[in-house]
Amino acid sequence: MDKVMSDKRVIALYVLPALLLIVILVYIPIIMTGYYSLMKWDGIGERTFIALDNYRQLLKDNMFWKSVYHSFLLAVFSVFSLGGYLVVSLILAGKVKGANILRKIYLIPMLLSSVAIAQLWLRIYHPSNGMLNQLLSFLGVEDTPNWLADPSIVLYSVFIPIIWQYAGFYILIYYAALKNIPSSIIEAAIIDGANPWQLAYKIKLPLIAGVIKVTVVLAVVGSLKYFDLIYVMTGGGPDGASEVIASYMYQKAFRSFNFGYGSAIAFSLLILCIAATWLIRKLTHTEEEVQY
Amino acid sequence: MIKKAHTIVWMVIFMLVLAGCSEKTTEKGSTEKGDEKITLTFMHLWPAGSSKQHNMIVNEIIKEFEEQNPNVKVKQEILENEQYKNKLKVLGASNELPDIGMTWAAGFLEPYAKGGLFAPLDDLLDGGLRNNFVSGTTEPYALDGKTYALPLELNITPIYYNKGIFEKYNLEAPKTYEEFKRVVQVLVDNGVAPIALGNKDRWTGSMWYMYLADRIGGADTLKNAINGSGTFEDPSLVQAAEEIQQLVKMKAFIKGFNGLSNDEAKAEFTNEKAAMYLMGTWDLPQFTTNEDVPKEFREKVGFFKFPTVEGGKGNIDSWVGGPGVGLFVSENSKHKEEAKQFVKFFVEKWGERSVTRAGVIPATKVNTENVDLPQMYIDVLNELANASNITLFADVQMNPEAAQTHLNLIQSLFGESITPEQFAKQHQEVLSSTR
Repeated sequence: MDKVMSDKRVIALYVLPALLLIVILVYIPIIMTGYYSLMKWDGIGERTFIALDNYRQLLKDNMFWKSVYHSFLLAVFSVFSLGGYLVVSLILAGKVKGANILRKIYLIPMLLSSVAIAQLWLRIYHPSNGMLNQLLSFLGVEDTPNWLADPSIVLYSVFIPIIWQYAGFYILIYYAALKNIPSSIIEAAIIDGANPWQLAYKIKLPLIAGVIKVTVVLAVVGSLKYFDLIYVMTGGGPDGASEVIASYMYQKAFRSFNFGYGSAIAFSLLILCIAATWLIRKLTHTEEEVQY
Repeated sequence: MIKKAHTIVWMVIFMLVLAGCSEKTTEKGSTEKGDEKITLTFMHLWPAGSSKQHNMIVNEIIKEFEEQNPNVKVKQEILENEQYKNKLKVLGASNELPDIGMTWAAGFLEPYAKGGLFAPLDDLLDGGLRNNFVSGTTEPYALDGKTYALPLELNITPIYYNKGIFEKYNLEAPKTYEEFKRVVQVLVDNGVAPIALGNKDRWTGSMWYMYLADRIGGADTLKNAINGSGTFEDPSLVQAAEEIQQLVKMKAFIKGFNGLSNDEAKAEFTNEKAAMYLMGTWDLPQFTTNEDVPKEFREKVGFFKFPTVEGGKGNIDSWVGGPGVGLFVSENSKHKEEAKQFVKFFVEKWGERSVTRAGVIPATKVNTENVDLPQMYIDVLNELANASNITLFADVQMNPEAAQTHLNLIQSLFGESITPEQFAKQHQEVLSSTR
C-alpha cells in the first residue's frame, strides 16, 4: 500500500481526473469569461476587441449599481437571518420535545427545487386570490399590496422566500455543530451554575465560532450570486426593481444578446465575491483555534 | 490487492480514451460515404408533450417526405422554447447549426443572417412558393433584400371578451375608444376587473401601447420611429403613452398586473374574473376547440378589433401581429439542396393541415370554403383577408438591446414610475444609440 501511494506519479494519476474536471469546468470558463469581457460580441457573430470599454460602461451603468445594491441588501438580510437560525438551532439542540420532527420540518424547503418554491410563493403572493392578500382582506385591509408588482416592496417580497428556502440548510449546520460540543463541557458549566443564557452565549457560541464564520461567508457569497428565485418570480422586474447582479447579467447576455457586456458583469461578480470572502475572513480572523 | 485496483484504473482510462477515439472514426466514416444515404437534422420546438398536435403533423410530414425521397432521412431534435433559443445560440456560436431549424423574425434572425449562418431562400420563393404566402408575411424574415426563413405561422391580436359579462351589464363590443373607455368604467363601477393583463412578461403591455400608437398616429408613425426615419418623440406616440396611464388610473387592468405572468392573467380571463384580454390568435384553440377549457366559457368568448380613437389617423383594420416561427436552412449544411426541398415540402403540407388539425393559422393562404372550422376561426381568417396592415410586434422589430429597453420602459409606463415624455425620450435615446 505505502509503496504504491508514495509513488509521486501514482498520486498525480489519481488526482488527475478531478483536477482535469475542475480546470475544464471551472478555471478555463473563468478565464474565457474574462477574455470575452474585453470583447464586443453578440454571442454569434464577429468578436471585436474593445479592451476595457465594457467595464468603463459598467461603471456608468445605473442599472448595474442598482443591482449591486440589491445583491448587497440581500447579503445583509441573509447574514441577519443567520442570527435567527442560530437561535432556532440552540433551542433545537437543547432538550426540546419533538426537536427531531421540528428539525425535519425546517429542512423541507431545502428539499424543494427553487422553481417549485417560486411557484409556491407566486401563489401566496397572488394579488387577488393569493393566500396572503385573502388573509389581509379578511382582516379588513382595503387596499391590499401588490407584492410582486409594487417597486417599493417587490425586493423584500422575494427576499422572504429566499431566506425561508435556506433556513433548513443553516439550521442543520448549526445543529450539527452544537451537537458536536462535548457534553462534559456543558455539564461542567451547569455544575458551576451557568444559566441557559450564559450557557449559550459564553460556552456554545464561542465553541462553534468557526462554523459561524463559514456560514457567514456562505451566506454572503450565496446572496451576491443569487439568481433562481428572483428570475422565476419577477424576472428582475418591474423595471429593475428586483434586479440582482446575476439576473442583470442574464438579461444582458441572453436577452439583449450582449455577451461581452454580460461577461464583464459576470467577471465583476466574481471579483466582488472573492473580495467579500477575503474581507469577511480578515474581519473575523482570530488566532486561537478551538480544540476540544 | 492495491496493485490490482491500480491496473484496473489504468485499463478503464485506456478503454475510455479508446472508446472516445473509435466513436469519432465511425462517425467520420458514415458521413464520407453518405452520398446515397443522407441524414438531415431538423431542430424544432414542438415536443409531443406540450404541443401534441403540432408534433403529430411534423412527424407525418417527415414520414411523407421520407417516402418520396427514400435516400433522405430526417432526424429531429426537439427542445422547449427557452432551451431551444439558448441551444440555437450556442450552436450558432460554434458554427454547428442543424440543417433545418426554426427561427423568429427580424431582431432575432438578424445576427444569424448577418453572420452568414442562414442560407437565403429566395430561390424557393421565386420557384413558385411566393404566391402561397399571405402578402407581407415573408418580409420580416428578409434582410438586405434576401429572405432567410419561411414563416409557418401568422398571428394577429384581437381583444377577446366575455360575452356573458358584457351582457350582464348591457355592454356591447366597442367600436370607438370613447365607447371602450365607457365599457371599462361600467365594469370598474360594478367591481369587475375589465382587462386581464400579465405585464411581468412585458410584451403583453407592449401590444396595448402599440395599438394606441397605431390608432392615434397611424400605421407608420411607430414603424418609422423604430427604423429611424421618424422620431419616438412624435406627439402621437407621447399621447398613446398618456392614454395608457389614463387606463391604469381608471383601474382598467387587473390588480397587480405588473407582477403577473401572461399565464396568470389568462387564468383570470378564463375564470371569468376579467372581461377582456388582448392576445394573439395563437390562443384561439383555447377559446374554441380545447376540451380542457370548460365549454360554457368557450361559448362566451368573442373578439373585437381594437377600437378607433377619435381624431386619430389609425384604421380599425390595422392589426398588431406578425408571423411566428419560420424555417431556416443552415448555410453550412452539407446537403443544402435537400434541406431546401424539405423546407418547401414542409411549408406546403403545413399550410394544408395546421389550421384544421392544430388550430395554427399558417402564413400560407388558407381556403376557408372547404374546411370545417369553428366560427371564430373563420371570422379571424376573414379579418386577415381584410387587414389593411399588420404591424410586427415592437420588441421583434427592434434589435435585442433596444427591445429590452423598450420592454422595461413599458413596465415602468404601466407602473406609472415614468412620465409619457420620459418614456418617449428614453426610447429615442436607446433607438438612436443602438442603431
